[in-house]
Amino acid sequence: MKLSFSPADEQFRQEVAKWLRDNLTGEFAKLKYRGGPGDEHTFPEERKVWEQKLAAGGWTCVGWPREYGGRGCSIEQQVIFFEEYARAGAPGRVGHIGEGLTGPTLIAFGTDEQKTKYLPGIVAGTQLWCQGYSEPSAGSDLANVKTKARFDEVRGKWIINGQKVWTSLAHESDYCFVLARTDPDSAAHKGLGFFLIAMDQPGVEVRPIVQITGTSEFNEVFFDDAQCDAGDIVGAPGDGWKVAMGLLGFERGVSTLGQQMQFQNELDEVVRQARRNGAAQDPTIRQRIARAHAELKIMRYNSMRMLSGQSGSDGALHKEALIYKLFWATWHRSLGELAMDVLGPECEILAGGGYYELSRLQSMYLFVRADTIYGGTNEIQRNIIAERGLGMPKEPRGAAK
Amino acid sequence: MEFAFTQEQEMIRDTAAAFLAEVSGSEAVRRAMASEQGYESELWSRICTEMVWQAIHIPESCGGMGLGYVELVAMMEQMGRYLLCAPFLSTVCLAGNALRVAGSEAQQAHWLGQLCAGSLTATVAFNGGSSHWDAQAITATWRREGDGYVLNGDYRYVIDGHTADLLVVAARDAGSSGAQGISLFLLPATTSGVSRQWLPSMDQTRKQAAVQLDNVSLGAHALMGEAGLGWESLSKVLDLATIALAAEQVGGCQQLLDMTVAYTGARVQFNRTIASYQAVKHKAADMMLQTEVARSAVYYAACVAQEALEGGPLAGELSEAASVAKSYCSDAYFAIAGEALQLFGGVGFTWEYDVHLYFKRAKSSEHLLGNATQHRERLARALLD
Repeated sequence: MKLSFSPADEQFRQEVAKWLRDNLTGEFAKLKYRGGPGDEHTFPEERKVWEQKLAAGGWTCVGWPREYGGRGCSIEQQVIFFEEYARAGAPGRVGHIGEGLTGPTLIAFGTDEQKTKYLPGIVAGTQLWCQGYSEPSAGSDLANVKTKARFDEVRGKWIINGQKVWTSLAHESDYCFVLARTDPDSAAHKGLGFFLIAMDQPGVEVRPIVQITGTSEFNEVFFDDAQCDAGDIVGAPGDGWKVAMGLLGFERGVSTLGQQMQFQNELDEVVRQARRNGAAQDPTIRQRIARAHAELKIMRYNSMRMLSGQSGSDGALHKEALIYKLFWATWHRSLGELAMDVLGPECEILAGGGYYELSRLQSMYLFVRADTIYGGTNEIQRNIIAERGLGMPKEPRGAAK
Repeated sequence: MEFAFTQEQEMIRDTAAAFLAEVSGSEAVRRAMASEQGYESELWSRICTEMVWQAIHIPESCGGMGLGYVELVAMMEQMGRYLLCAPFLSTVCLAGNALRVAGSEAQQAHWLGQLCAGSLTATVAFNGGSSHWDAQAITATWRREGDGYVLNGDYRYVIDGHTADLLVVAARDAGSSGAQGISLFLLPATTSGVSRQWLPSMDQTRKQAAVQLDNVSLGAHALMGEAGLGWESLSKVLDLATIALAAEQVGGCQQLLDMTVAYTGARVQFNRTIASYQAVKHKAADMMLQTEVARSAVYYAACVAQEALEGGPLAGELSEAASVAKSYCSDAYFAIAGEALQLFGGVGFTWEYDVHLYFKRAKSSEHLLGNATQHRERLARALLD
């Protein structure tokens, strides 16, 4: 076991930190610590400019291969980039879905034409993406997608009809990747297609969802005879589930350490508040803060295990990776509760008078309730852990047609 | 960065597991735990001569194997998994580390040499009967007399204290308090004025003893380090032993999880294995989560312990890493043991099934060397005060 980074990697760390120090200034200074989960409604236009600033510096898509415009960074360097990005308090990325999901999917499954058409805009930070998976009746049961895709021979285009939900950043995005049913007689994971759809067209309507936070990161997206070019289906009709599952595989790993740096910033704020208002002397609060601190430390060690090649060599997630979502989501939810208990009755008071002026900890407390629901609820995670990690019997399911 | 066992470390772990599966099955554990000694001399002798585990992390210059703390932790995990009854934690992780950290060259050559040869068992005694395992727990006293020292006082919860050949004892200058005035001494158990009693305990797989010192006279050569400045060394020794104990707890977690998955997969009710019920699967999933998180904490702490002994940038994290690991592992082991007992149903409540052995070991390990609450308070002090 070896826990330190190489001298070359440490030099890379200095380079990232210096670039952020030099550039997260002036017009961008107000974006510090803003725009993360629960705060994505803030400064959208400024954050789009920041995304292009990052691109100009060569700091978008750092983990992509160079031939697709990426920086070709090693796993260690990607970890360092995400850590330093979060440590500097740099704002929530508006381009993260394109960079983390669309791009890797197209690199793995896309045609040359699709790569040429879409990858440069993601690297440049000029074209933003959102994810069209969940539907009102397809939540935990994602394969129960009802949105339909029909090929119109006359127009030579796919025609999309249906509704997506929980689509974050839909109102800011240029494109959406959509899971839709190409075979109307199919059920479950068979007969699906994976489509790349332009948002700026008459058949697409975005309606914001007002959340528990009073703000709207998430949206409903309605497709009413929306059109999609014949060349904009990834894989063949019927391959959609395979592509979608491949994409979920790209979500594991390197960005987790950056996410933890954001958690550390939040925990630091909780500690600051506890010391300020005297809660730090309460034995129960002390125990809870120490527990949060210890578990965040271990979360980092667990990610280091995940990234050290123990996972994924045989294509399967190893045990430390299987438990990761359940662990961090539950930890983060507890941190929200701890933050309010540290603040005491003052936690109720809206300093700005309204829901749009929630403090960072208030916003965090409400938004973290989503963490144990999206991306596989805690209950679904426990099924996955028991079935894949422990080999226990699978839940009964309806048969696919 | 490579946070994974090397092939050689995996081999050491697998060899330990295979050996323990053979020699530390349920019957062997039950035989050993029924005796006052708490272990079978023949097995300890095999461990010392065939496997040479007692010498694993002792430097070659002292007759050891010269391997690292990661290797030690990999083996401790397996010893916890098989509930090995042996004076390993006491001899190697407590006394062995004390000699490494605080022993003079001459003391190391003499005592570590015997320890590595397998001819010596040893332990550390410092706690006078407190639920806190820090400097305040030391109540025994020392005073100078001529060239030597005279020791008086009582110790409780001394692991293998009734059988160990050598005691490393901590005592304080009468009138001192806290971390001040503490000295460490090497005390052969046969020294005049030493009396020892076995303290029968609910967890029969690890033996504890009380030790009394009544005007025990020691020569100058018995002192470890400088008189009155012993706490820093002892604190490091306790952190190192705590990390080893946490590794043992992880092994227990894993074994309980494996036993539970196997049992629920075989037990049929309402024409289905009970493992097919979500209420059971979700408990098992939580047990796996706790086991893996505990393991991540312990492997990191093992790397820190290695650097604390041999030097390295992580050396300064020793007490934090020990508290992070011990607080999480203590809670995890007991929670998992409780859930395992529940999921085994009625048979989990019997003496015949092994679940109760782990359930009892989990509680004794939780309180040994500081429970989760105390270790979290230590983290809180560093963070909040």
